[in-house]
Amino acid sequence: MRRVAITGIGAISALGSTVREFWDALAAGRCGIGPIEQCDASSLRFRHAAEVRGYRAADHFEGKKLDYIDRFAQFAVIAGREAVAQAGIAWSDELRERTAIVTGACVGGQTTEDVGFFELYAKNNPRVNPLTIPRVMANAGASHLSMEFGVTGPAWTVSTACASSAHAIGQAFQLVRSGAVEMAITGGSEALFSLGHLKAWEAMRVVSPDTCRPFSRDRSGMILGEGGGMLVLEPLDAALARGAEVLGEIAGFGMSADAHHLTQPSAEGAARAMRSALRDAGVDALGYVNAHGTATQVNDVTEARAIRAVFGDRVPLVSSTKSMHGHALGAAGALETIATVLALRHGVLPPTVNWREEDPEVGLDVCANEAREVAVEWGMSNSFAFGGLNAVLVVRRA
Amino acid sequence: MSDIEARVLKAIAETQRVPVDRVTVETPFEELGIDSMDAVNILFALENEFDISIPDEAAKQIRSIREMVEGVEKLVAAKPAE
Repeated sequence: MRRVAITGIGAISALGSTVREFWDALAAGRCGIGPIEQCDASSLRFRHAAEVRGYRAADHFEGKKLDYIDRFAQFAVIAGREAVAQAGIAWSDELRERTAIVTGACVGGQTTEDVGFFELYAKNNPRVNPLTIPRVMANAGASHLSMEFGVTGPAWTVSTACASSAHAIGQAFQLVRSGAVEMAITGGSEALFSLGHLKAWEAMRVVSPDTCRPFSRDRSGMILGEGGGMLVLEPLDAALARGAEVLGEIAGFGMSADAHHLTQPSAEGAARAMRSALRDAGVDALGYVNAHGTATQVNDVTEARAIRAVFGDRVPLVSSTKSMHGHALGAAGALETIATVLALRHGVLPPTVNWREEDPEVGLDVCANEAREVAVEWGMSNSFAFGGLNAVLVVRRA
Repeated sequence: MSDIEARVLKAIAETQRVPVDRVTVETPFEELGIDSMDAVNILFALENEFDISIPDEAAKQIRSIREMVEGVEKLVAAKPAE
């Protein structure tokens, strides 16, 4: 089986609209969380989020194309453009046919849906905009990417809540590794800030009224985020042969289902996915775990228990970059995989910021508040979705 | 140009994001880059502009901007007086 290189990455998030800004913020421990701006949050019990600030869609999309693409799919295309440009792909018709696009999305274009339903239910407008359907569909990101680059190979979208883009990257990795395709553009995107959707999160009672403090004893819940992350994958040999810069490798992928509970995570399920990913990569220890680390009470202790169980007396350094870019749902796995790639590449492990107090139930070194300079060859990115569906990627330094 | 015609042309121009002076009853759909999805979007704009409901059968028959104007005129004329 072929080794799989990452030759392009793109990211737009609360930390900025490019990978450079993303990494500069992560390495500096800069938090992208602030007051909610996209809708009136005055009726919510929480007021903070990790939004893409200062974003103007018209800077990225022209004319009527803007009307046809929801914010979540815009983020997919913007991240895809950056990743593809970095990879320096010389497109041919043959390569376009042998390239896959696999994206993740959790709630798709639900802000568009919210606007349409508000017109219908609240303003008694009997008509809903006909562009609602093509804007809302969760595969819109994949479809727009295929049109953007003329990619005619296999393309689809995975939806597994908070693990969506980790599952997407894992599937794209398998396609490239097996030889089913010669290249893949993969990742995920999300843009969830409508009042209706935020009200549903409020009712779940898992969002922090304050900020995101993963693994800290006084953590108070997750902070919602948005954005997009995309990677270009290709066989390592082909990447080296064409002189592409290899940023890292996707080396292993593991999945599992908890078969337990819709919202309560299981340490056993998480551990099974981590062990499966390690086995797939052919390693039994590694230096860094980019945790799912949502900062809910239950996730963080459960994940910590799983990490300790998997690694025994060789527990790696851990951090949750959600403390800076928030929980971007369907974009989370992609943003965090990119964070992991960059951590190994720079030999700098991004911190868990906003951390204040040791939690004896966690029992991990979570790189509290300050990045660590550590040379690490192998890293892991964890994604554990509501519904008990887990996806874990193992990344190797180039 | 009737008031209705002017409002139809304006709705088309706004939906297609083109200057309104490019749109006349003679302008072919192709010239404005109007595809099937755009056409549906224009019908939505016309329904909102005139508060009418354009039946699916009538929508399928429309082949030109002139027919759009004529169709809207008929539906507006058929509206019950307020």
